[in-house]
Amino acid sequence: MTQTLVPPTPQAPPPGTRSRRLPARGRPLWSATVAVVALLVAAPVIAVLVDVSTGSWPAWPRDLGSMVVTTLALMAGVGVGTLVVGCGLAWLVTAYTFPGRDVLVWLLVLPLAMPAYILGFVFLSTLDAAGPVQQALRGAVGSGVEIPVRSLGGCIVVMSLTLYPYVYLLARAAFVEQGSRTYDAARTLGAGRRRAFFRVLLPLARPSLAAGLALVMMEVLTDFATVQYFGVRTVSVGVYSVWQGSYDFGSAVQLSTLVLLFAVAVLAGERLMRGRARYIQAGHGTVSAPEPLSGWRAGSATTACLLTLAAGFFVPVLRLAAWAVDRFRTAGTAAFDERFGEYLVNSVAVAAIAAMSCCTLAVLIGHAVKLGGGRVVRGFAALTTFGYAVPGAVIGIGTLVVFAAADDLLGALGVPGGTGLLVTGSVLGILYAYAVRFLGPAYQAVDASFAKVSPTMTQSALSLGAPPRRVLTRVHLPLVRPGVAVALVLVSVDAIKELPIVLLLRPFGFTTVSVWVYQLAAENFWTLAALPALLIVGLAVIPVALLFRQIRAADGGGRG
Amino acid sequence: MRRTALLSTSLALALLAATPGCGVFDQPADIQVYSARHYDVEDAFAEFEEQTGKSVEFIFDDDAPLLERIRAEGEDSPADVYMTVDAGNLWNAADQGVLVPIESPALTEAVPESYRDPGNSWFGLALRARTVLYNPDAVDPSEFEATDTYAGLTDPAWQGRLCMRDSSEAYTQSLVASLIDLHGRDGALEIVEGWLANDVEIMSNDILLIEAVDAGTCDVAIVNHYYVARELEAKPDLNAELYWASQEGAGAHVNISGAGVVESSDTKADAQELIEWLATEGQSDFIGGNHEYPVNPAQEPDEIVASFGEFTPMELDAQAYGELNAEAVDLLAEAGYE
Repeated sequence: MTQTLVPPTPQAPPPGTRSRRLPARGRPLWSATVAVVALLVAAPVIAVLVDVSTGSWPAWPRDLGSMVVTTLALMAGVGVGTLVVGCGLAWLVTAYTFPGRDVLVWLLVLPLAMPAYILGFVFLSTLDAAGPVQQALRGAVGSGVEIPVRSLGGCIVVMSLTLYPYVYLLARAAFVEQGSRTYDAARTLGAGRRRAFFRVLLPLARPSLAAGLALVMMEVLTDFATVQYFGVRTVSVGVYSVWQGSYDFGSAVQLSTLVLLFAVAVLAGERLMRGRARYIQAGHGTVSAPEPLSGWRAGSATTACLLTLAAGFFVPVLRLAAWAVDRFRTAGTAAFDERFGEYLVNSVAVAAIAAMSCCTLAVLIGHAVKLGGGRVVRGFAALTTFGYAVPGAVIGIGTLVVFAAADDLLGALGVPGGTGLLVTGSVLGILYAYAVRFLGPAYQAVDASFAKVSPTMTQSALSLGAPPRRVLTRVHLPLVRPGVAVALVLVSVDAIKELPIVLLLRPFGFTTVSVWVYQLAAENFWTLAALPALLIVGLAVIPVALLFRQIRAADGGGRG
Repeated sequence: MRRTALLSTSLALALLAATPGCGVFDQPADIQVYSARHYDVEDAFAEFEEQTGKSVEFIFDDDAPLLERIRAEGEDSPADVYMTVDAGNLWNAADQGVLVPIESPALTEAVPESYRDPGNSWFGLALRARTVLYNPDAVDPSEFEATDTYAGLTDPAWQGRLCMRDSSEAYTQSLVASLIDLHGRDGALEIVEGWLANDVEIMSNDILLIEAVDAGTCDVAIVNHYYVARELEAKPDLNAELYWASQEGAGAHVNISGAGVVESSDTKADAQELIEWLATEGQSDFIGGNHEYPVNPAQEPDEIVASFGEFTPMELDAQAYGELNAEAVDLLAEAGYE
């Protein structure tokens, strides 16, 4: 297992990374960088696999077959749901103006901020038969009304309403990047707006839609909180029930490789969906002036956005707010934990570092792939995204195993002070595990932007004598900025609400807002948990708002 | 852009370094607890610190990940005490050699034999019961089968009136494990299938179950007693009554929160002292406002819990809970109980 710990020296690229077509200087170094990052990112997963592969054949849960079917059904349902909602709304706010659009355009990202372990309870306590909605309904219609919400259908609706922002963000970035020229050309050639959208713009946005969908699928795959609330037994639920119900960590990890297989299928599907298509932006285009809507059209556009927001965001937020107010009424200022400020700083700092490092790595990888290196480099690049499909707890354990081995190695080499706890003694472990887990979304977002950079542009820059480093800063980085911005938002929002990794790897005394929420939610103190939960949502608003300020500036500026 | 990134990263790092508890520069506490229990332990530890001068710090996660963390950290693990909320997990930790047996006359005296490890590796500290809650408008308690209430709910008279917790929940699994222990696998399977034949509505949270009974959308639910106590505290006119299951038979299902000293601990004596304190003087601080039953018979339960009346608990067999939990999971899947 220790061999996974020793990073290959960057000077010696693995054989095969050299591409026939791309002989130029500096590139093997870039390719090697990708390989090193990929191996480091894969290390915890590999470590866990090696660790358990010595065990006996796993005890598969009896209902594994139906778990697989359920997982597929959930993925399909949520996939369709997020695609329709995310893509539809992205188009609406990009192509038209209507009352409230400027605010809605970024508000629509907010459902992303709701942690899954909060969402399930909030939705069910609001909507199930004993909840206020159905009680009011019975009061109005009669006592016979009982609508079952704890079902696969309910789960698909709730997950679609809260996960669509992945598709929305990437689709919108695509619509913004995808020069208006093709779209305008289609329009000038007589295509109606709808036709131009479905026949021209939508196919052009395919790589971004695929990337967004892939992220949604991975979220669906690793979620175990929301699905459990809705009684939907996916493979991830199986992993947890084998681990916690049968005390069998080995089998649980082996079962989680099945989740990985699903992830491989998702990524393969994504490549397939992108197809051979290489849609390239012609310069840094801007969307043509959005068409103002008026009258009932404007009204229904605003309503559509508001309804989506209401269902995916305002319902849980209002419910939480009601609990928080309840709490204030009884407890006053004691409702705030005294170390609340400390938790806040911890959350923000960890999320900021994770976002910065993941985005930097993602850009470097995307850049290296663009420079060439062929299949091997692309393979390594794909490897970096798998962390997102591994349940957080498994990454946490993997990190422990890797660092424990590194510790032993240092001890064996006689490095003084090498022993002791590298990971759980500091936040290093958390940061590393975050990089493993969140490089996926960062790379997906950045890569979707890179896909639209014309290879000829890279090649011309190189052939004009620009070194790859200069190509990165002067050509690639400016072109993929929308993708980077999306990546920053995705990672920071995800990192703020992340739970299993922080829980498992934090040193003594290190508490984040999400841990604070979970401690209370785990013991069903919902009125106490409401306030910190709202705080998470509030924190997530910051990167989202920043992103859209930048996008609006880009919309207005119109130059690259 | 790059400069901004660099600046923000170093700023964030500086913030982290300034954060207390970042670990590296801190002096570790005398006793370090890995706890799956969060509620009230903080206050109890503070009280212990005041009384003994020994500092305690703890980290919170679920039972299974904490155990895995101790195992992965190995000999270097800072953990001195492992504290769980489930007897099966305690048994499992002892079975894996993570806990070390301790000689403690204080603990043998304070903790009844049925709530501690025969090998002295772990000791129960608080007790909870999982029993029946009913809506008095819809149910007359004489309808319950007093010898075996859990099995009695398979009677067709309960058709469409039952609500229970999902199979992923440890509470459900441990209840079914105890049923397997009592009735054998076939008998337990028959009971679970009987519940399902009565169209039991499965819910994902005890609070939701209590709300459903209160609202009358369920007549009967199986819940943990302390959630009922907590809801009663917030809402004294709760339209739901607790019924002690199987009082003329095996007794109501119970489980424990407990703790043991970790094998790799360097401060085993201090760790033992903490557990001893929690089982004796610290009982009231440990149970605090959580409405659990103290394991120590010398300690009275709180007022609301006392209002539930005396009850006979089912014999707690941690080994059975531990060994049969996997079988319970399998049985629930076989029956199609989600």
